[in-house]
Amino acid sequence: MVPVLDVDALIGDPQTRIIVCCGAGGVGKTTTAAALGLRAAESGRRVVVLTIDPARRLAQSLGLTTLDNTPRPVKGIDDTLGGSLDAMMLDMKRTFDDVVEAHATAEKAEQILANPFYQAVSSSFAGTQEYMAMEKLGQLRLEADRDPDNPRWDLIVVDTPPSRSALDFLDAPKRLGSFLDGRFIRLLAAPAKAGGRAYLKVFSAGVNVATKTLTKVLGGQMLSDVQTFVAALDTMFGGFRKRADHTYALLSDRMTTFIVVAAPERDALREASYFVDRLDEEQMPLAGLVVNRMYRVSAPGLSAARALGAAEALDDEDSGGPSGDASPKDPGRTPITQGLLRMHAIQAEIAARHESLAKRFVAGHPGIPMVEVPAASGDIHDLVGLRLVGNALAGS
Amino acid sequence: MTIATGTDSCPWAPWPPRLLGMAPDAGAIRDIDWDGVRLHIVTGKGGTGKTTVAAALALALAADGRRVLLAEVEGRQGISQTFDVTPLGLTEVRIAHAANGGEVFGLSVDAKAALLEYLQMYYKLGRAGGLLEKFGAIDFATTIAPGVRDVLLTGKVYEAVRRRRDHRAKGPGAAPAYDAVVVDAPPTGRVVRFLNVNHEVADLAKVGPIRSQADSITAMLKSPQTAVHLVTLLEEMPVQETVDTIAELRATGMPIGGVVVNQMREEILTLDVLEAAAHGGISREDVAADLTRVHVRATNALVNGLLTEARDHAERVALERDEATVVAALGRPTYRLPSLSEGVDANGIRELAETLKAQGMA
Ligand SMILES: Nc1ncnc2c1ncn2[C@@H]1O[C@H](COP(=O)(O)OP(=O)(O)OP(=O)(O)O)[C@@H](O)[C@H]1O
Ligand SMILES: Nc1ncnc2c1ncn2[C@@H]1O[C@H](COP(=O)(O)OP(=O)(O)O)[C@@H](O)[C@H]1O
Ligand SMILES: [Mg+2]
Ligand SMILES: [Mg+2]
Repeated sequence: MVPVLDVDALIGDPQTRIIVCCGAGGVGKTTTAAALGLRAAESGRRVVVLTIDPARRLAQSLGLTTLDNTPRPVKGIDDTLGGSLDAMMLDMKRTFDDVVEAHATAEKAEQILANPFYQAVSSSFAGTQEYMAMEKLGQLRLEADRDPDNPRWDLIVVDTPPSRSALDFLDAPKRLGSFLDGRFIRLLAAPAKAGGRAYLKVFSAGVNVATKTLTKVLGGQMLSDVQTFVAALDTMFGGFRKRADHTYALLSDRMTTFIVVAAPERDALREASYFVDRLDEEQMPLAGLVVNRMYRVSAPGLSAARALGAAEALDDEDSGGPSGDASPKDPGRTPITQGLLRMHAIQAEIAARHESLAKRFVAGHPGIPMVEVPAASGDIHDLVGLRLVGNALAGS
Repeated sequence: MTIATGTDSCPWAPWPPRLLGMAPDAGAIRDIDWDGVRLHIVTGKGGTGKTTVAAALALALAADGRRVLLAEVEGRQGISQTFDVTPLGLTEVRIAHAANGGEVFGLSVDAKAALLEYLQMYYKLGRAGGLLEKFGAIDFATTIAPGVRDVLLTGKVYEAVRRRRDHRAKGPGAAPAYDAVVVDAPPTGRVVRFLNVNHEVADLAKVGPIRSQADSITAMLKSPQTAVHLVTLLEEMPVQETVDTIAELRATGMPIGGVVVNQMREEILTLDVLEAAAHGGISREDVAADLTRVHVRATNALVNGLLTEARDHAERVALERDEATVVAALGRPTYRLPSLSEGVDANGIRELAETLKAQGMA
């Protein structure tokens, strides 16, 4: 028996305060996060959904048109049970700027924000988005609990960036942290601090060669930008790290739970598999797996092979057929039935492939609760669509 | 069981069928769309089939005895997985033979190796290379210094495009080492930044060799020798990203190539059947009678099921048609690749390569 992922129990449990939706790119993380958030809100919780990259039309229906990096109420939800839904879309650069401003004096912050090296890192360094998603999650968490008697939100649902690997979300913040702490950067910033006195001489000679060569290649401007950036940042380093560590710790908290989203495809399920193992390793709580976009047929009783056989038999009849006793018929109709049968055969094959991929995952990960969400025939771009996904997530 | 796939039967495609797709007769000079292009850059939203299409295009371009380099730049070993060969290292190795003696070589471009090679070439570094490594300067330059990594990666591609078969040969007449270079590029979200190296290093390195290197790379990338192709599916997000990226490419002056619509479903139902299916216009009685005639028990559940499937299918097709219209409105040469029901293996790549050739992409 495969345990079923019971999302209603999950969102109905007041102990659940953070749900993180992760998985490989394009599998439906954003859709799942939004659908869960909506369902939780309509069942009475006060929810904020942090989305990263909603499809344009979905963003519009969630009211995510003003990009001010703060949550805004979503209109049109059913709030009869007392719930509410806020949503926002992450602005990575802005979040980074906020972090800098929160940790430095106004004067210093201004210096950093104007630094070309900072600007490049904050808008392009691979991993910044993941780091900032975590940072924003930390901020929302603080904001939620500002007034413990009347929390603004009692559930935060987080979407994760469209990384190629699901693991990037867990690794990127550390990577960014260690890059800011990187050896060469530290050397550039404060070569004298790097070693003891005796060591210093040889050491600086080496550093000098390294620095000189890089200066030749990169031009002096870049290195001096880095130097001023690091010097300005130096005082904030502690704060930076502490914050990242704190948010990371939040993820292994009892109040947090992960939902891994996958599509019924080899690559996506392989990613899901890595992620499940990794969560286990880090002792982070996994609620279960969502296999999204499962193909389903409406006439499951007819196998692909049978349908094709029947289509061919109609073909034979059409052309006089092996049986010879072609009864009079309207040539305009039979092709329709043949078409339906062929179409059914193709869909039944896809459905069977999806089913067997999902089964194999389950066989390899016994005990992990799972739920399947069927592929809708259109995109999911409004509250109606999200409710349908929500229903499917709840197994109904 | 295999179900034949193909896109010829697509009844609603808004783009005109290409005459070129009609079996090129032997000996005739093939008129291909990208004559004169030697650097093909393949991008698209994540997961749409960049690696697959880049591989198929490389094979197609290599036909008739040509030499083609297929390069990836994100260190993911997508190429070796696609061709089912051992992981690519730092040297270019032959990974496939094409029709009539052509060859495809593979390379996973590595920023560190490119930097060391570059330093060696221009500075005859010797021992200093080790020092750079020791103090983390190589790491710094290849992963941290923004933009530098991209200059190094595109720089290696630039070098491969310009390389001569005989390295002593000079002048415009000398035969190139590769007739074409195909790059499996970063996804749409990052590709313009990746290619626009000049802009990226503008603020950081105002002078110096990296700067002049970036200038030469940019000159090549913006020349008619280059084309940036986009891979998409007929779904909202991939098409939207294709539209956005084409606008971005245009704004930066990069030469826009073709659009490859990948993983197209074979269309079985004709336009009027789809129309009827969408509006409940298919007669249940007729379908039931047909089924009965071939000894399939035409229960209500079965007939209803089939009609529901047809309606859902018609809805999907309608959405795909909308997306196809958006793609057609881009006015770019468009190529269609079928969804291979067995997934893509080395044979599948060949099949896709033939399809691209038949449509005039190579
Ligand atoms: N025409 C096709 N028919 C069937 N399957 C396909 C086709 N094209 C691609 N695929 C499959 O789709 C998946 C994604 O393809 P591919 O790896 O080429 O995409 P990509 O754009 O390079 O992805 P990424 O963004 O992760 O690099 C692969 O499993 C591939 O085999
Ligand atoms: N169950 C589903 N049925 C149909 N379309 C879906 C489904 N789930 C997601 N989609 C569509 O797939 C696309 C990608 O989904 P998205 O949630 O943005 O993926 P991710 O956040 O993992 O990259 C969107 O256009 C979305 O509408
Ligand atoms: Mg997303
Ligand atoms: Mg790829």
